[in-house]
Amino acid sequence: MAHPASTMIDRAARTSLWLKPHRIALIAIAVALVASAIIFGRWDWLPNYLPRLGHGVVVTLAMLFGSAALGFLFAVPLGLAQVTGPFWLKWPAAAFCTVIRGTPLLLQLWLLYYGLGSLFPSIPGIRSSFLWPYLREAWPYGLAALTISFAAYEGEVMRGAFAGVPSGELQAGRAFGMSPFKVFRRIWLPRAVHRALPTLNGETVLQLKSTPLVATITVVDLYGVISRVRQETFLTYEPLLLLAAIYMLLTAVLVILFRYFENRIPTRGV
Amino acid sequence: MDAPLINWALLALDPPGWGGVLLRGFWNTLQIAVGGYSLGLLIGMFGALGKLYGGPVARDLLEVYTTVVRAVPELVLILILYYAGTDLLNQLLLTLGYGRVDISGLAAGIFVIGVVQGAYSTEVLRGAIKSIAPGQLDAGRAFGMSPRKILTRITIPAMLPFAIPGLANLWLIATKDTALLAVVGFSELTLVTRQAAGATKHYLLFFMAAGAIYLTLTLVSNVLIGFVERRSRRGFARMT
Repeated sequence: MAHPASTMIDRAARTSLWLKPHRIALIAIAVALVASAIIFGRWDWLPNYLPRLGHGVVVTLAMLFGSAALGFLFAVPLGLAQVTGPFWLKWPAAAFCTVIRGTPLLLQLWLLYYGLGSLFPSIPGIRSSFLWPYLREAWPYGLAALTISFAAYEGEVMRGAFAGVPSGELQAGRAFGMSPFKVFRRIWLPRAVHRALPTLNGETVLQLKSTPLVATITVVDLYGVISRVRQETFLTYEPLLLLAAIYMLLTAVLVILFRYFENRIPTRGV
Repeated sequence: MDAPLINWALLALDPPGWGGVLLRGFWNTLQIAVGGYSLGLLIGMFGALGKLYGGPVARDLLEVYTTVVRAVPELVLILILYYAGTDLLNQLLLTLGYGRVDISGLAAGIFVIGVVQGAYSTEVLRGAIKSIAPGQLDAGRAFGMSPRKILTRITIPAMLPFAIPGLANLWLIATKDTALLAVVGFSELTLVTRQAAGATKHYLLFFMAAGAIYLTLTLVSNVLIGFVERRSRRGFARMT
């Protein structure tokens, strides 16, 4: 079926179907808007800040992937405890997810940074410990808050995923004499992750949109760099528009990347 | 740090305590959440109808609106809408010959949350309207109902059971998104909490107290949502 000429015609037909006259007009208007923003806006600050913007993007992505990876590690036991744990594990896990999901992330972030941050120096001996250089900085608090938030939301997702694995598959594992840990490692976890993958990808994109909050506790991520630009140049529109454009680009890249992996691993409808 | 570990007197309602300040902040939070959510529902209703039944240009513009709002962090949107929105409004008023106006933080906050929520409600309501059995709308048309009557008598009542879980989720997001207005200096619960904590240096106490207030709001909302959801599903076959 995949004849090169036919797919090309197919693609051309699809493009012409998408590219209706009104769309061409809308695209022209959009291009004109962007062009006028570039021509009439003040962009002379951009070259000076370019290295810092690049660094900001790296910090943002580090916060995103760091908190997503760490958060997922916590989410697995949180989900498992809620599905199969004894009550003294089930209740704390459920309470943790409810409390974190029921309060704003900004408040949690400030609680950690200002609250715990102000408490740590009063603990004797902590100043001489190896942790102190990290506790004095802002980014560990940002990473911790993002991780906790991601873990709580994903814990809920993993709970559903663990509960949704057909019990026959687990019984089959037990019937083959697998130990409970082996059943978990070979069947339960892979199947649950497999089922939850589309949701996890969506949540990771949502997590990207939470990362700029760390700028409020002086972590210089992408958003923090742009705030600095706004303070130093007194510009209202240009830095914010650039910021929105960069975030849209990052979101688009993430979505395309995840879609590529999702298509390679068929996950929907299993 | 004096003798008692937790100084409950700081949460007293009268001036030496900060309880009254926190509650006023919470009142602002509630007003913005309710206002922004309602505005979002209004935008979402028009957005959903526009996406389903509107012309090609309206559809594409709405697609751009929902895509952009869902791709850009709420914090950035709030900054853009808050600063650029008030600035644009003032420039417009100046060119029209009126003087500058001071836009109240409350109005700006409701506007900002409403625009963000509107994009998400558009998608929720669009999905809900699409899941109405088409025969129900055909029946209305066969009886000679006007499009408006079909909307109010059939579309809206029939889509509600499908829309309520998504809309309930949006309400919970709206209550938490109001905290982001602290960044632009609107004195809602999170910002007044930070001010109280900074003034007294009892950070943990105040942030915990504010967290308890938010959590109460969420839990009370959850109970009410449960009622509404059960009521709206009357007559449906039981799932599970």
